[in-house]
Amino acid sequence: MNEQDARQAVQTAISQVAPDVDFDGLDEGSRLRQDLELDSLDFLRLVESINEATGVDIPERDYTAVATVKGMIDYLAARG
Amino acid sequence: MGDFKMPSLGADMEHGKMVEWLIKPGDYVHRGDVVAVVDTDKTVMDVESFEEGVVAELLVDVGTTVPIGTPLARITRTPDDGAGQAGGRPAGPHAKPASGAAETAVAAAAAEPAGAAAAAAAVQVPPPVRHLAHQLGVDTAGIRGTGRHGAVTRADVEHAAAARPGPAAPAAPAATPAPMPHGARVRSSPRARRLADQLGVDIGGVPGTGPDGAVTEADVQRAVSGHTAAAPAEEALPEEATVPGAEALPPKEAPPSEAQDRLSSLRRAIGSLMTRSKKSIPHYYVSTTLDLRAAIAWMQQVNEQRPVASRLVPSALLLKATALAAKEVPEVNGFFTDGVFRPSSSVHLGVAVALRHGGLVAPAIHDADTLAVDVLMQQLRDLVSRARAGRLQRAEMADPTLTVTNLGDLGVEAVYGVIYPPQVAMVGLGKLVEQPWAHDGMLGVRPAVTATLSADHRVSDGLRGGRFLARIDELLQKPEEL
Repeated sequence: MNEQDARQAVQTAISQVAPDVDFDGLDEGSRLRQDLELDSLDFLRLVESINEATGVDIPERDYTAVATVKGMIDYLAARG
Repeated sequence: MGDFKMPSLGADMEHGKMVEWLIKPGDYVHRGDVVAVVDTDKTVMDVESFEEGVVAELLVDVGTTVPIGTPLARITRTPDDGAGQAGGRPAGPHAKPASGAAETAVAAAAAEPAGAAAAAAAVQVPPPVRHLAHQLGVDTAGIRGTGRHGAVTRADVEHAAAARPGPAAPAAPAATPAPMPHGARVRSSPRARRLADQLGVDIGGVPGTGPDGAVTEADVQRAVSGHTAAAPAEEALPEEATVPGAEALPPKEAPPSEAQDRLSSLRRAIGSLMTRSKKSIPHYYVSTTLDLRAAIAWMQQVNEQRPVASRLVPSALLLKATALAAKEVPEVNGFFTDGVFRPSSSVHLGVAVALRHGGLVAPAIHDADTLAVDVLMQQLRDLVSRARAGRLQRAEMADPTLTVTNLGDLGVEAVYGVIYPPQVAMVGLGKLVEQPWAHDGMLGVRPAVTATLSADHRVSDGLRGGRFLARIDELLQKPEEL
């Protein structure tokens, strides 16, 4: 998956979980939990949506690598 | 037999607004059937009937706000002849397709000669039927009424909708026969419904672009602003273009202020309940640190072998342990009313859910102490997503026996909660942190959570409260047995 597709997949998944997030002004260094205020259930849903859309399964041990929007995009781009 | 009344949907509720009727005169309702959607200051909820029988009359219009206890509908054991077009219909909700045909036969037998019926049809469309026609996108002028004096009945409209040629069907799923009492309902999100309500748009006339043709917030906004070109489903529904009112009505209020209104009414509701709590309940607080090493190790091992959809989060284990401990220490689980504490034999665990636009609600997971962790996890996910979508059920809001707030999930280390009256305790869970941990003369690092109990001194003392927290910790040391 190229970076553009990965970005699209991440944005789509985030907007399902947190419809109020505005991507136009979003800093991709934003942390999903603290800055976008996703709780553990939101985060699980996000991982699930990404898995359904891209087939990439993010195991729990990799959660620290996907803690930011950019981290999630890079993770998908490398594996998708 | 009797009236279906505005129920109390929480200790702080004084009135409710009728948002949507899911029944109509002539429907047969069973106890427990969801019959209406009600908006409290806090959230929008599905409300079920406590009565069984035939709906004789709806007494409150959509959009009306009434106090608790106000009769909303008349429900009788036997059909009432005077109840209007559909009044003679003994149709059970699960027998709808068959009974629809039966109704037509009965109605047709009573009908006047066809010519007269056709002539009268233009004027004889009772408002509820007109509303249904509108929802289904059917033009009543083209329907031959089979009711009394040639009036158009619900069955006529439903037949017309079902007989309509292909293209419209996918975009109007409400027109397909559904064996449910609310088969004629327009699929839409609660937020879309609220927005439509605010903007004065009939949601039945808005083409839906969401899943299964559901009407989304954006669809409603498009209907108002007239930006119809962006709607992919538009071409499939030519007749919808002529829906009156969608563009003619100027918005009463802009959407942001609608959200603001909701937030401020929620704020007021929380404020008045918490004031009552702090005025009437002598709170005491105790806290302890829960050692989660065993629980987290077990959870990670379980999650390793599972697809994302069935993975657990620490909250599920914490909630289960809390529910089991509450069963053992009944002084924290129940209601204090009229000067007396009544412990509850069941543990209905309220879960405080923060809403993304601000405010919170605390619906219940019923019998949480008896649920396997996996089941509890699924119910937690379901409850939180419905709470955020504004779609909770009456019982979930009304009867938690003990509430847990898991604010720590978003960063704080300890939470000192305010008890929701008439409950007598609130458990606060802080964030999961790695802590230095001394054990057997050695220092190590363990994941830990600070648990705080706010409890009612009229019912228990710190000793019992402390015992309750200690039990939660003990139970978490054997996560596989939770």
